[in-house]
Amino acid sequence: MALLDIRGLQTWFDTRAGTVKAVNGVNLSIQPGETLALVGESGSGKSVTAYSVLRLIEAAGGRIAGGEVLFKGTDLLKLDAAGIRAVRGNRIAMIFQEPLSALNPVQSIGTQIVEALRLHRDIGLRAARERAVELLELVRMPSPRERAEEFPHRLSGGMRQRAMIAIALACEPELLIADEPTTALDVTTQAQILALLRELQQRLGMAMLLITHDLGVVAEIADRVAVMYAGRVVEEGAVGALFDRPAHPYTRGLLDAVRIEALPPGSRLPEIPGIVPSLLDLPPGCAFAPRCGRASAICQAELPALRAIGVGRRHACCHPHLEPVPA
Amino acid sequence: MKRRGLRPFVLRRLWQVVPVLFGIAALNFLILQLAPGDVVDVLAGEAGAATPEYMAQLRAAFGLDRPLPVQFLHYLGNLATLDLGFSFRLNMPVLGLIMTRLPATLLLMTSALAIAVVAGSLLGVLAATRVGSWADTALSWFVLLTYAVPTFWLGLMAIVLFSAGLGWLPSGGMYTVGAGHGALAMIGDVALHLILPAVTLSTFYMAVYARLVRSSMLELYGADFIRTARAKGAGEWRITLVHAFRNALLPMVTMLAYQSASLLSGAVLVETVFSWPGLGRLAYEAIRTRDLNLLLGILFFSSVVVVLVNLLVDLLYVLIDPRVDPAGRRA
Repeated sequence: MALLDIRGLQTWFDTRAGTVKAVNGVNLSIQPGETLALVGESGSGKSVTAYSVLRLIEAAGGRIAGGEVLFKGTDLLKLDAAGIRAVRGNRIAMIFQEPLSALNPVQSIGTQIVEALRLHRDIGLRAARERAVELLELVRMPSPRERAEEFPHRLSGGMRQRAMIAIALACEPELLIADEPTTALDVTTQAQILALLRELQQRLGMAMLLITHDLGVVAEIADRVAVMYAGRVVEEGAVGALFDRPAHPYTRGLLDAVRIEALPPGSRLPEIPGIVPSLLDLPPGCAFAPRCGRASAICQAELPALRAIGVGRRHACCHPHLEPVPA
Repeated sequence: MKRRGLRPFVLRRLWQVVPVLFGIAALNFLILQLAPGDVVDVLAGEAGAATPEYMAQLRAAFGLDRPLPVQFLHYLGNLATLDLGFSFRLNMPVLGLIMTRLPATLLLMTSALAIAVVAGSLLGVLAATRVGSWADTALSWFVLLTYAVPTFWLGLMAIVLFSAGLGWLPSGGMYTVGAGHGALAMIGDVALHLILPAVTLSTFYMAVYARLVRSSMLELYGADFIRTARAKGAGEWRITLVHAFRNALLPMVTMLAYQSASLLSGAVLVETVFSWPGLGRLAYEAIRTRDLNLLLGILFFSSVVVVLVNLLVDLLYVLIDPRVDPAGRRA
């Protein structure tokens, strides 16, 4: 059984201009211990999908309009307030993009780890503080005992993200949701944090849902990848297979855009023409059709469903690319 | 918590106080010289008749006939030795007069401030947790009303209702003449007298805090670390108090420093309305009777109180916000 099974998830934001369908029928599943990368450009709905899993979307002004989020068979969307709180930070934990603003500025990081522990575990204050130092050691924080007393503003960006990870791992979650965990960090720190996440994930045997727009990060750390466009998953598969043989024209466009070293010098950088459609007013058919070179009448008329093309490979396109990417 | 360099910080701030107080003293002195009339005019007026010779004699005795710069230097010299001069009107040293009145004013100020901070926070948090509801709207109206109502009018109406009408609370003064003996009975008596003036003085500040807390809480609810707390599985009350309100304290403390001065001037009105025997009423009397020595003394002393409160608030800030570095280095 899948650890997490998202079925037909719809998350909408009611605004004055109308209903923004940020997530509009997402299907995803994550197996225990695997890393699934969710990629897409800004506004594709990848972060909203992640926040919907822990139902953090109401506080951000959105509402879950439909679907199911099954965690080990339990629908998280049907739990009461106390039920979902018992899952948050305990069985499913989350880390965020900007570690400085994600940490409480007036609490030491030790205190913030202790809070995460004591919210879910029956553990004394002294024991929790000891455990906090162990957790900081686990995330390779230099001199963890001293750092536990420090406030977030006195740490470097990388150390802050390590502290965030320590908070998230406090209760040994089965699933870690990482929302662009390396976007706000410089390149060398990015590599260190990614290596740390990969190592911890293998050591603790937890699954990870990694939100990113960086295909380099995906290649480095993910087992499988799901590509989102305008609130839907348009393609999904194992990282190697999907990178070698992208079926959806959007995925292919994304991959072309990062393969710039293969271009002859001086040539124009490849881009996907057009812009992302407004989520307020989506076309009836495939949302990518207006920008797609392969679109035909059927693409404008009906929404292509996700269809399987082999083990763990799915795409939602009427005219998929079948040939591999030319080397 | 590591607090480095707190002692040098306090010493440095205390040194900065000296030129500030000098400036205040100079300004007070010069501005009051611009006002027409002096204590001799008032004395003569009250006596009904006085010859110009007698008035000149009085001025010579009080030192009021000397040139202004000499009077000013004399005043500063006295200040340096903490001699605030003599009230010719009340026939007592100014410092002694102030010291007998200061405790009453400090009691009134701190009680009013405590009521304002506690009630303001409570109302602000309640409104912020129920934003957009009828309770939030009602609280906003209530706060706007208390913000707009003049303090002295509110004081008078409180006397009309609670003293004259219902007879629950005394209408003025600080003690009941001939009340019971014993420390406990006296504390109870003073507390009873304190309720109306303290609540009256606190209303405006309570309104300011309630608005400030509400808006900072609403801003903080959107903060990333609140989302983190929610993702950790914290309940709404824990999020509100431990994470949001704890951070909303910071702008509140800043406001506290600004308000300590205006609270003292508000005390003048409230003390007059409730005949509370404090510095405010003494200042009012001093102005009425042109007792410049006394008035200068009170003004100087008030500025000392305000400067010290500000220093305390800065210290408080260092304690509650770890990002403030007392040594003044950029964190």
